[in-house]
Amino acid sequence: MITYSATDHFILLPALLLGMFGIAVLLLDFLFPKDIKGRGWLVGIAISGLVFAGWQLWEQHRYLAEHGMTPLTGFNGALVLDNFAIFFNGIVLVSAALVMLISYRYLENEHEHHAEYYALVLFATFGAFFIITGVDMVTIFIGLETMAVSFYVLVGFLRGDKRSNEAAMKYLLLGGFSTGLLIYGFSIFYGLTGSTTLIALASVVPARGPHDPLLYLGIVTTLAGLLFKIGAAPFHMWAPDTYEGAPTTVTAFLAVASKTASFALLLRVLAVGLSGARPQWEPLLTGAAVLSLTIGNLAAITQSNVKRMLAYSSIAHAGYLLLGVVAGNDTGLIGVAIYLLTYAFMTIGAFLVLVALRRKGAAVETIDDLAALSRRYPSYALLMLVFLLSLAGIPPTAGFIGKYYIFLALVESGKYGLAILGALYVAVSLYYYFRLVRSMFFVESTEAQVLAPSNGVRLALAITGMATVAMGVLPEPFIRMAAASLGR
Amino acid sequence: MVNLIWLIPLIPLGGAAVLLLLGRMLPKSLIKVVAPGTIFAAFLLSLGAVMESGGKPHEVVLYEWLPKVDWGFLLDPLSSVMILIITGIGFLIHVYATGYMDHEGGYYRFFGYLNLFVFFMLILVLANNYVLLFAGWEGVGLASYLLIGFYFNKKSAGDAAKKAFLFNRVGDAGFILGMFCVAALTHGSLAFRDLHGLTAGPLLTAAAALLFLGATGKSAQLPLFVWLPDAMEGPTPVSALIHAATMVTAGVYMVARSSAIYSLAPEVSAAISCIGATTAIMAATIAMVQTDIKRVLAYSTVSQLGFMFMAAGVGAYWVAVFHLMTHAFFKALLFLGAGSVIHGLHGEQDMLKMGGLRSEMPITFWTMAIAALAIAGVPGMAGFFSKDEILFYAYLNFKSVFAVGLITAALTAFYMWRLMFLTFFGEKRTLVHAHESPLVMTAPLIVLALGCGGCSYYAAQLERWLEPVLHSNHSPDIGLKHVLMAASVFAAFTGILLARYFHASTGPLGPLTKLAQHKWYLDDIYDFVFVRGLGMRGGEYLGSFDRRILDGGINGAGLVTRFVSRASIWADTWIVDGLVRIAGFSAMFASLPARIVQTGFVQSYALVIVAAIAAALGLFWVK
Repeated sequence: MITYSATDHFILLPALLLGMFGIAVLLLDFLFPKDIKGRGWLVGIAISGLVFAGWQLWEQHRYLAEHGMTPLTGFNGALVLDNFAIFFNGIVLVSAALVMLISYRYLENEHEHHAEYYALVLFATFGAFFIITGVDMVTIFIGLETMAVSFYVLVGFLRGDKRSNEAAMKYLLLGGFSTGLLIYGFSIFYGLTGSTTLIALASVVPARGPHDPLLYLGIVTTLAGLLFKIGAAPFHMWAPDTYEGAPTTVTAFLAVASKTASFALLLRVLAVGLSGARPQWEPLLTGAAVLSLTIGNLAAITQSNVKRMLAYSSIAHAGYLLLGVVAGNDTGLIGVAIYLLTYAFMTIGAFLVLVALRRKGAAVETIDDLAALSRRYPSYALLMLVFLLSLAGIPPTAGFIGKYYIFLALVESGKYGLAILGALYVAVSLYYYFRLVRSMFFVESTEAQVLAPSNGVRLALAITGMATVAMGVLPEPFIRMAAASLGR
Repeated sequence: MVNLIWLIPLIPLGGAAVLLLLGRMLPKSLIKVVAPGTIFAAFLLSLGAVMESGGKPHEVVLYEWLPKVDWGFLLDPLSSVMILIITGIGFLIHVYATGYMDHEGGYYRFFGYLNLFVFFMLILVLANNYVLLFAGWEGVGLASYLLIGFYFNKKSAGDAAKKAFLFNRVGDAGFILGMFCVAALTHGSLAFRDLHGLTAGPLLTAAAALLFLGATGKSAQLPLFVWLPDAMEGPTPVSALIHAATMVTAGVYMVARSSAIYSLAPEVSAAISCIGATTAIMAATIAMVQTDIKRVLAYSTVSQLGFMFMAAGVGAYWVAVFHLMTHAFFKALLFLGAGSVIHGLHGEQDMLKMGGLRSEMPITFWTMAIAALAIAGVPGMAGFFSKDEILFYAYLNFKSVFAVGLITAALTAFYMWRLMFLTFFGEKRTLVHAHESPLVMTAPLIVLALGCGGCSYYAAQLERWLEPVLHSNHSPDIGLKHVLMAASVFAAFTGILLARYFHASTGPLGPLTKLAQHKWYLDDIYDFVFVRGLGMRGGEYLGSFDRRILDGGINGAGLVTRFVSRASIWADTWIVDGLVRIAGFSAMFASLPARIVQTGFVQSYALVIVAAIAAALGLFWVK
């Protein structure tokens, strides 16, 4: 019998709000004439949807805190409300809000300002909610598809731009392929357990033993699908093309929200469903981590397009995150959570500076486009410097904290080889991040960039900049949040 | 005041923030006050704190930064010496720079970066753990990078900044790894107070070696010293502050700070001593044949840092710090003097075009002469005692290091007085009318000169002062000490005398001259292997990463043909330039799989996914 209890409603409410506001944005756009003051108010509605959803998350957190942090399950065990879900949903919501803040002026400049954009961002966030909160494979799958389909459209949102279309097409084709793999893996799990929940899977794994080919096949295909989503090698190849072609605001959102939600799912699948199968998946993840670090860091060196370079750097970040999972201890998992939190702010921050700048009437794209920024807009150059230092993991910026935890976890668990590799690649990554610094500070340019910051951009820049510094200098509250999300 | 030590770095940070963010709107006269003013305030606060602490270690923990790692500052005798050097000499150099940079554009940026540097340097030496030290370590690297490339219109400046950056990266990788080894030793604490009570073992040896690798990058030792001479592209006050007095000594400081680790790793310490000695003599020979006045001083710095590591390697950590201190005085003075000469000659740096400047620039001449006597090791001057102590301790431990040190001392006296004779004596070889620098520039010279003469008499006090924190193996063999002293004085005067007669010689080293002129081919080796080998070839290969070489996506037949033909070409030229090939080869090899697949074609991307899954499944049967 299908029931809809109060608990179900409570768990679902943030997603419900997101979905309703998304539809509202579309309807209002349809109902009102097109020329009402550039329709900046649509942004307001969309953001208020995020704010309401965030408020609900806060309520959920309060409820959990009052009830001793016992997770709530809803919809017959399809969704679970725990601190883990709240933490990662929070990251996605914040990144969506930041992206909304910076999108308005950007889309105006590109002459592609449409209400659908905001609705799609909300729908993607809606999908991410089910990825993060779901423990049932069907629910998870639907969430994944909702998010992915929203992103396919968003990536190709600049209809007049060939690269944007190409990026969307590639992302769609490969994304479809990877989803196929994931659902194949899920179907095998279903076959093994006769149930679609991850908890049922967990109870079956020990019985199948470490040499079960079917289970292994399921693990490999599921991981392939998930590694694709987080942009880890060798399933990363869509990322450079897609990041480069997509509208910069969408790139930022894709790099943060999609990666965060998918990583949360990866953690959930591995920790809940497959924790008994660690010997099977650990070598695979180790391989993917090493490959991601190597390909991401080495390929980033020669890129001249900033977005493409950041795409490779995000592949490398996926490698570090996987190392945290491979380490397999609490320190590593806390490291992953704090890494994703800091990653959201510094990545959006870096893309944000690109969004804020325009040159020759077009968005800034190549490293040379940043030339002489330090002399024209010193505060923007300094902020970009902070974001880049953070991405490279230099203390005392936010990016250092996650890396510190992950390296510490590797040392604690005796995986020295991986720690050495990771540390060496930190040194390498500084090199390509500093190509931007070099351009900003040492290269003179006759063509000036024009700064077109809207108030939204200013606000978002202030938030990301302050967060990047604050999390680095005073990480303790954030570390506590990350630890609490994992029930530690 | 001792509880306010956390404020010491913050004052220059405030200055940097004001200058960098609002500097464009501020009048020059205000910048001239703000920039040195913040450093002076930091100096006063440091002085007060040091006097109040009276040499007792004092920790101020602001809060727990990372688990078991505090955001905490440590004022002990070692860091006291360092902060006084940094803020004291830093203040003088700031004052000097207000005059020196008067006609340069970007005044506010220059002082903003310079204040930022002082902030990070103070964090580095005041940190009470390795992680915070590392934050400062990277920060000074950043500030140094920005300042070396300050004259951004000069291409060589940008290249020099890049070079410094790259060589420091190698060292930093070592530092990070060493840091995590220490974390494993101290169970995650990484605080300096927890270093005592460690026991020797392979992990500790690894930590010592890796941290030292970090020091070779920052403090310009073999094999990573080649960046420092190029860093002279930066403005001269920067060379004086960062690349002579403070930042480059961070490695020495770090080793001294880690003396508890190094005293348990005798093999690593011995290696440090040998590397220091080798670097010292190598750099000294190169300094003998340079004609650019700043480059002589740069190689001299490398050489003197080698002396410091010689001392640290034989366990005489306080001597290393003592030499660090005297060196900060005389080398800062020499650089500022050289800057005054360059300023007076409107940018001329070639010593062969100077000469006879003694009468035109008397203050510069006399102050520099004091510093040159000090570095040569003439009795009564700062460098004499510190160098003497180094040689003494080297003699007690490794006779060969001592011998190299003694020869280097003579070479030092030679190249430094060669510089003096070429610059200030003889015929004037330029038509430019030289002028003495303004008071803001000469006053710091005079103060530093007084310091050069004065600070030498405090050797015994410094040893006692540093005793509680640094492991020292004291050996009061006065008789032996006097013999060695005589030897080093003899070496110093021989060097000066030889410089008097052979300063114009183009081949002072005889058969070795060519080697020294080519900087022992170190740059060429790096260039050959890394720039041309890995850099260009590797860059080429990596660059073609996604340049869509293979148009068919997965044209197997074409691939094989291409492969075979390429292999045969390789075989032909294999022996001709093997080294480059190997380097390029490895980059090529590393990027090969990626190059084949990153074609921009969806089919080949999908194929890779399938292949990866097949490989993962294959793993199942392998196991």
